[in-house]
This record gives sequence, structure tokens and C-alpha cells, in this order.
Amino acid sequence: MSSVRVLVGTHKGAFVLSSDAARRNWHVSGPFFAGWEIYHMKGSPADPDRIYVSQTSGWFGQLIQRSDDGGKTWHQPGLPNEAIPKPGPPTALPNRFVYDVSPESGKPLTTHQWYDGTQHPWEFKRVWHIEPSLTDPGTVYAGVEDAALFRSTDGGETWHELAGLRGHGTGASWTPGAGGMGLHTIILDPSDPNRMYIAISAAGAFRTNDGGATWKPINKGLVSDSMPDPSAEVGHCVHHVTMHRSRPDVLYMQKHWDVMRSDDAGESWHEVSGNLPTDFGFAIDVHAHEPETVYVVPIKSDSEHFPIDGKLRVYRSRSGGNEWEQLSKGLPEKDCYVNVLRDAMAVDTLDDCGIYFGTTGGQVYASSDGGDSWAPIVHDLPAVLSVEVQTLE
Amino acid sequence: MVRVALPYHLRNLAGVKGDAQVVVAGPVSIRSVLDAVEANYPMLRGTIREYETGNRRPFLRFFACGEDWSLESVDRELPAAIAKGEEPLIVLGSIAGG
Repeated sequence: MSSVRVLVGTHKGAFVLSSDAARRNWHVSGPFFAGWEIYHMKGSPADPDRIYVSQTSGWFGQLIQRSDDGGKTWHQPGLPNEAIPKPGPPTALPNRFVYDVSPESGKPLTTHQWYDGTQHPWEFKRVWHIEPSLTDPGTVYAGVEDAALFRSTDGGETWHELAGLRGHGTGASWTPGAGGMGLHTIILDPSDPNRMYIAISAAGAFRTNDGGATWKPINKGLVSDSMPDPSAEVGHCVHHVTMHRSRPDVLYMQKHWDVMRSDDAGESWHEVSGNLPTDFGFAIDVHAHEPETVYVVPIKSDSEHFPIDGKLRVYRSRSGGNEWEQLSKGLPEKDCYVNVLRDAMAVDTLDDCGIYFGTTGGQVYASSDGGDSWAPIVHDLPAVLSVEVQTLE
Repeated sequence: MVRVALPYHLRNLAGVKGDAQVVVAGPVSIRSVLDAVEANYPMLRGTIREYETGNRRPFLRFFACGEDWSLESVDRELPAAIAKGEEPLIVLGSIAGG
């Protein structure tokens, strides 16, 4: 019997919300890692019992946690809870993210632009996004701040930078977004294991066709009026990118203003904001079975991070953009001033595709009818940072 | 045995109630104590000292016998009371909001 497991990362811990395919009655587990910021948690498509978590704190830094039993128990990879440490140097360093400056495989650690235009050293702060391999439960990617891409091939026990991204040439002109210079989007192409898309706030989107060795910016067509050159090769504040697995050349982007679409793997973008009441926002996702059905949560503006008029709305396009319809049934009609962050929306793959999103007010909403109606799963979690969902058959 | 008083979240991570207790070979300094802590509690690596530099993480402070040792050399020998286990080396998280 099918079921769903919603993985919710919050400002003060992780929660796992479980239900059967009806998605009416929910069981809430957690908080796990109580008191820590859980930037992201995601399950392996190759093994649904394996879940990776980015656990972070300003005091104690970055941890990676892993479950091998679907979220019942957790451990830092390579450091089982009950194990007595072996003597000698450690072999598992699951929270060690060090930029690769080695002559063999690395790139020199240069600098990037700071908010004031000066150059600033690259400094690791946290893991923003975890993306497990589509085919191997032991392989997983991590997008970090300051922007770089890491990969583990041993289930998170050790991490190595794919330094070709940071060192491909435009890095000196990358700047942080308001929340930091984070690599927040990682999309693995199911049709080509060597192709991957990533996006950085606020450098833009990039693509590799050779497994991460080399990269190119893919921002042609993006226009950001706040930049000296609004059409520059890099420097755009891309908030999130999504893709339907059946169309790996078609990408949808929520930018800092503008909803964009590419039909050629990011070689060019065009605006599809259409009739949206505002085209500012963070989250964007696509229906599991309808590649032209896209969801966004319009946010009033870049300084007022809440819905227009206090009414929480999801907007859906069934034509790949431009024509958008308002979805409001079951969502707050007034006095709602929450935000929905970039990684806080997800879809399941049940026949009646479920859509889920979490808010900075601590609510997680779910729709089991493609967005026609919504209901809260939970009301009062800490501020939600990320939402992912596993469909379990 | 040297006692180390850890912040709440690190006690949880390490699975200790009360002070962590470690055997330190040789001179007892902040460096040697933390080396022992990390050897016995590998899940704490990177949470007190930064990996590459070995520097104290910015929001943590070290206290010994009522004195702030945060800016002292990590190789300076700690007071005898710490070495004898009569007093703990305190790793203190700042009350810094959030």
C-alpha cells in the first residue's frame, strides 16, 4: 500500500510527517536534532530508507546526519552511535567540508565579491542543500555556502569538492545574496548521469555536461535591473530552479523577480511571469505527472517577504507559465504574513499528485488534488526551512 | 581523568550526561584536552575547533577555574585542578541569540 513521508527541516529541528495514500491523517515524528537548524533533508531515490540531513548551528558548525531506516534512527555517517572509536586517525569525517586546493584535483582558493564590492575570502559556513544520487544510495551531493559543490561516494562519511565549479573562472564576481552565498539548487538529469544543473544565490545558474569537472554559466536571458549590467553572464539572484524528470531540457526558475523558463537546458531563458500578481518568490515546483503544470507562491516584494494582502496563495500554470490561476481553497484568507522559502515546496508521485509546502510561520500545507484544495498537516512547527517528500510503494 | 563541561547540544551529540571525562597523556592543555575529547567522542570533531585551522569556533569560549582561557595559547598548561579532575575545563556556548 502506498504512503508518503514528508521531510520537514525547520529552524529548530527536523520533523517527519507520514500518511497513507489518502493523505488525510498524519503522524508527526520529531523534533529530531532539536534546537539545530535543519537546512535540508532528502531521501535517496535509490533507497527510500536512506535519508540525509544537513544539521547546522552558528555555535557548533555543520553536521551531516543519516538514517538507514526511514527516519526512525539517525547517526552521523561513519560514526554509529553505539560504536567505540577505533584508535588512530579518523576515517569518517562526515562534517568536514574543506575546499579542494590540491594540485591534483583542486582549484586555488581565490576570493569572491562581498556586498560592498570588495573581494572577500571564500569561507565555508553550512550545507544548504543535499541531493542524493538517483541511482546509488551511497552517492550524495551537497551545495554549500560559500558556494561550492561537494560530493560523497561513501554515504556521507567523507566529502570532496567538485572544484571545477568554484574555479571555472567567474567566481571572483559572485556575490552573496541576503542570506549568504549559498548553492541552493542541485538538479540531476535522469537521462544523462554526467549532466547536472546548479544555482547559486546570487551568482546564477550553471550546468555541467561532464559529471562536474567543468561548468558553464547558463544565465542568458535573465535580466536583473539592480545590476550594473542587467544581462551580465553571472550575478543574478536565482532563487530556485526545478525540472520535470521526463523533460530534462526544460527548466523553470524563480528569480529575484521574474519566473523564467528554458527549453534548451539553460542555454536561453524567457520570462513566463504572465498574469502573476507579483513575480517575486522563492519556491517553485512542477507537477509529478504533468510537465507543463508549475506551482509558485507569489511573495509581495523583495523587502516585504509575505503574501499580498495577507492572503496565502499558491499559483498554478497548466501551460508551462504565462497563464496562472490562483489556488486558495483551504489557505489563510487574511492576516497571513508568512514566507515560503526556496526549498520548502515539494510534490509526491502518487497518481493524484500531492503538493506540499511549509511556511516560516511553522505550517505545512498539503494538497492531494494537484492544488485545487489545501489543508494544514501541522500548524505550529518552528519556521520551516525545507520540505521534501518521499513516495513509498 | 580530566573533566570537560560541554554545552547542552554537544552533550547530546556525545551521549554524555554531566561532564565528559577523558584521559590526557602528557601536559594538560586546551589542545591536548580537546584532542582527547575528539578521540573519544569523534562525533564532536569540528564542533568545538574548526577543522583546517584548529581555531576555537567563534561562538564558544573556554573557562578554567573561573578564568577565561579563550585567548590563551592552546598549549599553555591548564591549572593543576583541571589536570587532577577537581575542576572541569568548561566549553561554553555564547548566549548570542537565535
